[in-house]
Amino acid sequence: MSILVDKKTRVVIQGFTGREGTFHASQMIAYGTHVVGGVTPGKGGQTHLGMPVFNTVEDAVKDVGADTSIIFVPAQFAADAIVEAALAGIGLIICISEGIPVLDMLKVRNFIRTTASRLIGPNCPGIISPGKCKVGIMPSRIHHQGHVGIISRSGTLTYLAVNQITSQGLGQSTCIGIGGDPIIGTTFVDALQMFKHDRQTKAVVMIGEIGGSLEEQAAEYIGKEYAKPVLAFIAGQTAPPGRRMGHAGAIIAGGKGTAFEKMEILRKNGVCVVENPAEIGPITKKMLA
Amino acid sequence: MKIHEYQAKVLFRNYQVPVPNGDMASTAPQALEVAEKVGYPCVIKAQVHAGGRGKAGGIKLARHRSDAEKYIGEVLGMTLITRQTGPQGKLVRKLLIEQGLNISRELYLAIIIDREKELPVIVASAQGGMEIEEVARENPQAIHKQHVHPVTGLSDCHIRNLAFKLGLNKIQRKNFTQLLRNLYKLFIDSDMSLVEINPLIVTAADEVMALDAKINFDDNALFRHPDIAAWRDLDEEEPLEVEASKYELNYIRLDGQIGCMVNGAGLAMATMDIIKYYGGEPANFLDVGGGTSAERVKEAFKILLADQKVRAVLVNIFGGIVRTDLVANGIVLALTGMAVKIPIIIRLVGTNEKEGLRILRDSQLDFIIESELTDAVRRAVELAKGD
Repeated sequence: MSILVDKKTRVVIQGFTGREGTFHASQMIAYGTHVVGGVTPGKGGQTHLGMPVFNTVEDAVKDVGADTSIIFVPAQFAADAIVEAALAGIGLIICISEGIPVLDMLKVRNFIRTTASRLIGPNCPGIISPGKCKVGIMPSRIHHQGHVGIISRSGTLTYLAVNQITSQGLGQSTCIGIGGDPIIGTTFVDALQMFKHDRQTKAVVMIGEIGGSLEEQAAEYIGKEYAKPVLAFIAGQTAPPGRRMGHAGAIIAGGKGTAFEKMEILRKNGVCVVENPAEIGPITKKMLA
Repeated sequence: MKIHEYQAKVLFRNYQVPVPNGDMASTAPQALEVAEKVGYPCVIKAQVHAGGRGKAGGIKLARHRSDAEKYIGEVLGMTLITRQTGPQGKLVRKLLIEQGLNISRELYLAIIIDREKELPVIVASAQGGMEIEEVARENPQAIHKQHVHPVTGLSDCHIRNLAFKLGLNKIQRKNFTQLLRNLYKLFIDSDMSLVEINPLIVTAADEVMALDAKINFDDNALFRHPDIAAWRDLDEEEPLEVEASKYELNYIRLDGQIGCMVNGAGLAMATMDIIKYYGGEPANFLDVGGGTSAERVKEAFKILLADQKVRAVLVNIFGGIVRTDLVANGIVLALTGMAVKIPIIIRLVGTNEKEGLRILRDSQLDFIIESELTDAVRRAVELAKGD
């Protein structure tokens, strides 16, 4: 099964002809993702990487039946790109762009709620269901099809976790990078809910970090109703308060959102918390045994 | 980005958010001139990017000219050590001199982003002057909140709800309404992530005024506010962090001995955590970013090695998008011709890893190469400790 993306997913690339869009689109095509075209306003009618270019997402939906979009446009245009995708009826919008102003995201997030679209990110590596479909920027060769679902706020740290799980002889059902910004479209709880109903997923690894309360919400949700084993790592145990640790969302503000608090509440709700990320692989293997 | 109180008050004045009369001064004669102009009593306030100034002796009340002369001399040029500055303190380069007012009540007012509800929230309390975290802990019912949905924007009901809870009389409510309307507009117009007025005062004449002002701006939105971005005060920032920001390196200086260079914010934080796990202390957070080039790696190395506390450097690169051969080139480029006296431990995994490792080995430079993260960290911790 896997969640969100599979062999039937029809992907349109927003910001197709730019440097990032071009590079990652070709990587996705090489992986076997069903890319149906791209959007670059003003370049509609051209062909890029052997695919049609459209002026608008609406055209891409109409002409080639795109149902999923991935956004590579610069941050100052990204909020607009998300709104455009949702208005065009795209069901799954994945925003890779980093650095969107938070007030723009507040509007977008509250707008998206009124539509049928799901937003992943922004500031995220995207999604991959190994062996089926990659809509993201992750290095595909470390992934292997299997039974572990991964949800993460960080890119490279996800790759570390994936690599460990793969090197234990296990694999992943779907890996979702939910993003490192303070306001994001899909939360840990949303992703956990989807994994709950996915038969391919036998265990879930969640990689959180300091700041906000998404991990706390996930802990409470897992405590109430979750039959699948969950392992968690929280990055930023040594982060000083009041400093933004790279990701706009990774900040301990007003004494809230510390790694310690998050680990405590996750443990209390039956989650297996590891303090050393090198243990993610071996312990996941034990959980599945 | 943070700004000084006097700058915040310039913005407040522009948006008709009432503040006491006053002005900034950076020399003693200038400061005295301002004091004479605003009259006595006046308040002399150290301008540094840190809270807790009052308790540390950075805020003084001058009742007459000789007081003012004395306090200006004391505060200007002092090194202010507050709970937020760290033990090294901050040099006071500027003062704000303001009229002293007849205060009848001290309130608290802030606007922040509520991440959980995904809305801006106005926070108010009748217990001004105290730290809001303390009020939240000891007397949570004294904190009043109003969330503002982007569809409605700020509506009069939001303001009324707060004004009545704060126990304001009719004239005060009218003044509070004006102030909050203007403040909210300022918050949205200039992409703030926080504005905090503590205390917000009610004067004996029922005026409502911002006695203090703390503002943070959303760094991601500074591109549309060049006038605000120009207010960045490099004197208030750690010099190595300023240097790093020139190369778009995400660097935060810490107190430990192990310099870290990592790609990706999450992995950088996790690397610091593992160092701590094995008994070491990281000297910094450093994310060299996704689009890592040889040039940036070189600059990153210079910054790490410029920190005198650093006893060992740990490089942890997981090449997904980043090509590890490019990183290896950057490392060799940075260190060739540099007399490095401390051990450098490198873990390089991922895209073009074989080529990357070959470049490092062929360079004849003195590296310790580890393939497992745990081994690399343990080695760094060991070497940073031993002499």
